[in-house]
Amino acid sequence: MQLWEVFVRARAGLHHQHVGSIHAVDAEMALGNARDVFTRRGEAASIWVVPSTAIVASDPADAAELFEPAMDKVYRHPTFYEVPDGVTNL
Amino acid sequence: MTDAERFDAHVAAEGKVEPKDWMPDAYRKTLVRQISQHAHSEIIGMQPEGNWLTRAPSLRRKAILLAKVQDEAGHGLYLYAAAETLGTSRDQMVDDLIAGKAKYSSIFNYPTPTWADIGAIGWLVDGAAIMNQVPLCRCSYGPYARAMKRICKEESFHQRQGYDILVSLCRGSDRQKQMAQDALDRWWWPSLMMFGPNDDASPNSAQSMKWRIKRFSNDELRQRFVDATVPQAHFLGLRIPDDELRYDDTAGHWRFGEPDWEEFHRVLAGDGPMNAHRIEHRRRARDDGQWVLDAASAHAAKRRRPAA
Repeated sequence: MQLWEVFVRARAGLHHQHVGSIHAVDAEMALGNARDVFTRRGEAASIWVVPSTAIVASDPADAAELFEPAMDKVYRHPTFYEVPDGVTNL
Repeated sequence: MTDAERFDAHVAAEGKVEPKDWMPDAYRKTLVRQISQHAHSEIIGMQPEGNWLTRAPSLRRKAILLAKVQDEAGHGLYLYAAAETLGTSRDQMVDDLIAGKAKYSSIFNYPTPTWADIGAIGWLVDGAAIMNQVPLCRCSYGPYARAMKRICKEESFHQRQGYDILVSLCRGSDRQKQMAQDALDRWWWPSLMMFGPNDDASPNSAQSMKWRIKRFSNDELRQRFVDATVPQAHFLGLRIPDDELRYDDTAGHWRFGEPDWEEFHRVLAGDGPMNAHRIEHRRRARDDGQWVLDAASAHAAKRRRPAA
């Protein structure tokens, strides 16, 4: 059996979110198993199943190279700027 | 700093570990053993309760028990998936279980001769499991911690349904109340054993604590369980089968006797009342169900092939 990743949308308006993995021989069985395993208490309005092999992931060893450049760009956050006293609605 | 030192510092600072991160081999091995044992316990644990599905005393009780047993299957699957992220396949883990190479909680090697046992399992066994599992929601290994969060959220219904069964029996006839007492007598000591050996006899605990897999010692959790459970037994009007049980006013704890550790080790080693039966049943489920898998796989392969 193939490994599938399961994503669930709790209700319309929200993102699908990864909830775990299941085994299945095909997409139909994957949807059925995902429903049985992850939505026994009304957790879902929609399910996505994706073969795990179809997911391309970044390498943890590249994390610094990929994500650290964003760390020193504090000026991207509104809190970086000092708002003069008396100025509102900014 | 070596990889190992960096890892130790990371988990000591409550950093989490994800499947593709570097980890010491011993950390990986410890987790595969613990998570797969945990998964096996959920799956084997379906048997003593499944035993009563067809004989539940009402349709309401039957629907509830069915939902609970189905949850246990789900919990087993969450956990096998978490263990698989460490590089051991589910088939391999199940084969190890059936070959007797992997362990599961020794509590499931006791029989369920009456309906009251179903109440006692939910109340005591699931109650003890919750005590053990809540701290695991903060385990350093991400997939295990996430599986435990789902499990803990679902598990509290299990404990309440068990207690609810016993409340009904204890409000019933003398015979029904006696049935509840007998079940408590059967399950009390095995439940205390679920927390594992005493701290001084638990050699792997220190390393697991250092790795932030384990948070509290076996004896601490056992004490917590006794403190929480004794008043619940009193509410039912049942007697805990322990002559040494007394309330320690100064410490604010219930003091209790020593479980029979010789029995614990004997059952764990395979010589409990139901060990052989549980594994044989699991083997039969695997072997007798193989044709379903084969048929599904053949069907999927056929549909993948373009029509000639």
